[in-house]
Amino acid sequence: MLLEVRDLHVEFRTRDGVAKAVNGVNYSVDEGETLAVLGESGSGKSVTAQAVMGILDIPPGKITGGEILFQGKDLLKFKEEERRKVRGAEMAMIFQDALSSLNPVISVGDQLGEMFVVHRGMKRKEARAKAVELMEHVRIPAAAERVRDYPHQFSGGMRQRIMIAMALALEPALIIADEPTTALDVTVQAQVMDLLAELQRELNMGLILITHDLGVVADVADKIAVMYAGKIVETAPVHDIYKAPAHPYTKGLLESIPRLDQKGEELYAIKGLPPNLMHIPPGCAFNPRCPMAQDVCRTEVPPLFEVDADRGSACFFWRECLDDTSRD
Amino acid sequence: MTQAATEPPLLEVSGLVKHFPLTQGILFKKQVGAVKAVDGVDFRLDRGETLGIVGESGCGKSTVAKMLVNLEKPTEGAIKYKGEDITRLSGKALKAVRRNIQMVFQDPYTSLNPRMTVGDIIGEPYDIHPEVAPKGDRRRRVQELLDVVGLNPEYINRYPHQFSGGQRQRIGIARGLALRPEIIVADEPVSALDVSVQAQVINLLDRLQAEFELSYVFIAHDLSIVRHISDRVGVMYLGRIVETGKDVEIYDHPTHPYTQALLSAVPVPDPEAREHRERIILHGDVPSPANVPSGCRFRTRCWKAQERCTLEVPLLAVPAEFRLVEGPAAHDSACHFAEEKQVVPPEEPEQPEGGTP
Amino acid sequence: MPEQPPYEEEEFHHGPEGPPPEDLAIAPTGFGGTMDLGSSEAETLEKTPGGPEGTGPTEKPRSLWSDAWRDLRRNPVFIISGLVILFLVVISIWPSLITDQSPLKCDLSKAQQGSQPGHPFGYDGQGCDVYTRTVYGTRVSISVGVLATIGVALLGSFLGGLAGFYGGVGDSILSRITDIFFAIPVVLGGLVLLSVVTSNTIWPVVGFMVLLGWPQVSRIARGSVITTKENDYVHAARALGASNSRMMLRHITPNAVAPVIVVATIALGTYISLEATLSYLGVGLKPPTVSWGIDISSASAYIRQAPHMLLWPAGALAITVLAFIMLGDAVRDALDPKLR
Repeated sequence: MLLEVRDLHVEFRTRDGVAKAVNGVNYSVDEGETLAVLGESGSGKSVTAQAVMGILDIPPGKITGGEILFQGKDLLKFKEEERRKVRGAEMAMIFQDALSSLNPVISVGDQLGEMFVVHRGMKRKEARAKAVELMEHVRIPAAAERVRDYPHQFSGGMRQRIMIAMALALEPALIIADEPTTALDVTVQAQVMDLLAELQRELNMGLILITHDLGVVADVADKIAVMYAGKIVETAPVHDIYKAPAHPYTKGLLESIPRLDQKGEELYAIKGLPPNLMHIPPGCAFNPRCPMAQDVCRTEVPPLFEVDADRGSACFFWRECLDDTSRD
Repeated sequence: MTQAATEPPLLEVSGLVKHFPLTQGILFKKQVGAVKAVDGVDFRLDRGETLGIVGESGCGKSTVAKMLVNLEKPTEGAIKYKGEDITRLSGKALKAVRRNIQMVFQDPYTSLNPRMTVGDIIGEPYDIHPEVAPKGDRRRRVQELLDVVGLNPEYINRYPHQFSGGQRQRIGIARGLALRPEIIVADEPVSALDVSVQAQVINLLDRLQAEFELSYVFIAHDLSIVRHISDRVGVMYLGRIVETGKDVEIYDHPTHPYTQALLSAVPVPDPEAREHRERIILHGDVPSPANVPSGCRFRTRCWKAQERCTLEVPLLAVPAEFRLVEGPAAHDSACHFAEEKQVVPPEEPEQPEGGTP
Repeated sequence: MPEQPPYEEEEFHHGPEGPPPEDLAIAPTGFGGTMDLGSSEAETLEKTPGGPEGTGPTEKPRSLWSDAWRDLRRNPVFIISGLVILFLVVISIWPSLITDQSPLKCDLSKAQQGSQPGHPFGYDGQGCDVYTRTVYGTRVSISVGVLATIGVALLGSFLGGLAGFYGGVGDSILSRITDIFFAIPVVLGGLVLLSVVTSNTIWPVVGFMVLLGWPQVSRIARGSVITTKENDYVHAARALGASNSRMMLRHITPNAVAPVIVVATIALGTYISLEATLSYLGVGLKPPTVSWGIDISSASAYIRQAPHMLLWPAGALAITVLAFIMLGDAVRDALDPKLR
């Protein structure tokens, strides 16, 4: 296994109290595999990724438990120095907002080349040539001329390609993409997603795709982990989850999005709001919003039940949920 | 849905143009060019109807919205409300028209004044148009509006920052409803909200339309949401509508290559679809509206472009090849080489989930 | 689906178009304001009965001003500087509260003498009680500072606000004028302009400060108004048909005023020290007015023999200026809209 997150807990200490952002997350990604982590804002999906990358703001954040095994070694036991060597070289991250993730006063070529200078000890000239090569790789037209341009001279889609190029520069084993296409237009989004998927296949990398977009997930993911209030509520291969969700939250999400191929009458809407991370309801965190909730949901925390060999659902009534969906 | 021919449409837009001048100079400004944000847009809106306008960022859809509610003055063209051109109005007459065309904004965080209470925000329309509600009646009306949009009327004295995004959007909608307008222009009303909340707000807009006999101009970049809510759809590209028709015509029988590309690029929440779905990946980016290509403005990214597209601007009309046949393909499409192509997989008969329970 | 749940409560986080890049944007806030997480949490907390959680305590309406005030009260910097300023204001109004002598009653025979019972700060070169003069000097400093600040804030925010709201040629002209004023060296300007004034009141000094100070505030006010008027709530008011004056008074001013308040508070301290500087140079206030600047000036000749004559008024000046600058800092932290 390339990456395995085990029982990760992250808290944020604020003046108003302790926010439990991640409460026991388990997931794993293999080489060449795409894991989509799906969740709404506040679900803890990005915080988990930041903890994996080691870019969490500490304080106010604090990892209070768990392990992050990368190629078998627990990253949380690493010293900051060792951690830095892993970052960039062995795992890299792509952010949503490429404009603010690139340095506006350094040319794109120098920013790309710097990776090689720092990690590979190349000379500037060599590094520049490598940068052009990378830019061609992510299909930026006229790369040789544009290598001297600054980030603001590129369009949003091109900037996101540069971010991808930068992440791929050292051919890491794992890429974490946090909402990589959310800020882009639909047609450009398709270009960028395609490119990312293709490069991933080519380099046989593990990819963790963090998103709120059920459509993007369906297009590229192999397996999905759905997060709610800092926990994984359902995990499954991508085909199964869309066919028959085994958790009422997943089911609600799938039913609440309008579809391109049908008009539909009223949309299903999940009632209520996600819990305050400082006061997560006892029992199942989703119980106040759940149409299937029973007494047990209010008192006991559901473990991740095994639905199938490669499928889990943190719902006491996952069977009913499955039956309910397949009955329609 | 369509009006009898005797009555003018509720809203009719013709030849709408908005150019923003590009200037140079410090004290004395010299015009050196123009951003052609909107460059000749025509459409009509009938009573009780929802017109969806979709397009990518920079296509001019938000500028159209602003002109409809008179936040921007058009450079050219007419916006006729019940036959009267509102772009020429000012003073009292303009104020009267404004009562009937209201707007819901995209960002629920900047569209409410953080220093005013919810009651003051929703009640402000009555301060500006005191003839609508007598002073003593306003508080009751505001509370009624809160109730209508699904918020607790006791929230009247709270401030916007005490609400979540979805609730704020409801407050914005309540403000838009206060004057009992006939038309609501909604500019990306749900795009800032989380998925599960989007559904709540869309359902609310649906319900209000029936309850208050509203007509909507619904502007969004999300094609699925636009389909859900719209009766007719206009697709915008670089300041113009390139294709328009009923929702079935646009989504199931698109004839303009841009619409086809746009539809095929939308990720569909169905993993089965990814194998058998044909995707049209457009190359390059949208050209700058300050430097619009000659002829057909989509030609720089179009796989069908020929010389004719460089020379001749295609008109928004039913293409010749479809003119004689009755059917969903016969709708307005501004392309010289219009051709029907199904890009959205048709609705499956058994339809597992999604849609209505 | 006809049934509509009463008062739906929903999501609690915000972000511009699409979810924000991070689920929880938390950063240390320094003074303990609420960052993204804080505000989103606050929102969730406020869900009232009727919500599915049914837990939220019914919360009172909280305006941003009252939030800022609550933050201020918890900030030790504010408490300390506030107490110092309160003390200074009180003794500038009633100096006799802490001294029973007159600053102008001097006894040359005691000139330059050091601390002694009843005269803790000693005597100055004219044999006047340094303690009493320092106490009385507060009045001039505080009044010059406060009056100049009020003048600067009113004039600057009026001109800057109009320029920012209307834009166009007027704005361009105003911007060039402020540039010109920024180019004038303050002390040199004071030496030239004030040396021709013979009046021995504080007004010429105050007038000079307003004349040179307004561009600073006007620039801030202009920028603040321009940012504020681009908010959708201003557009919303305009779409409703609101008049310009309504938009300015109801929507723009309350939201644009915070930076002006901050700049004015900090500037107050600098005006106090400017007054001392000008008086020191002999162009500000003149004896028999009691001013720290004048005392510092006359004491500077004897700094070797009798340093106490200089240190007390200079110390009072430093503390006063520092108190206002710290207050300005605390106010800025509390009003910073980014932290809400």
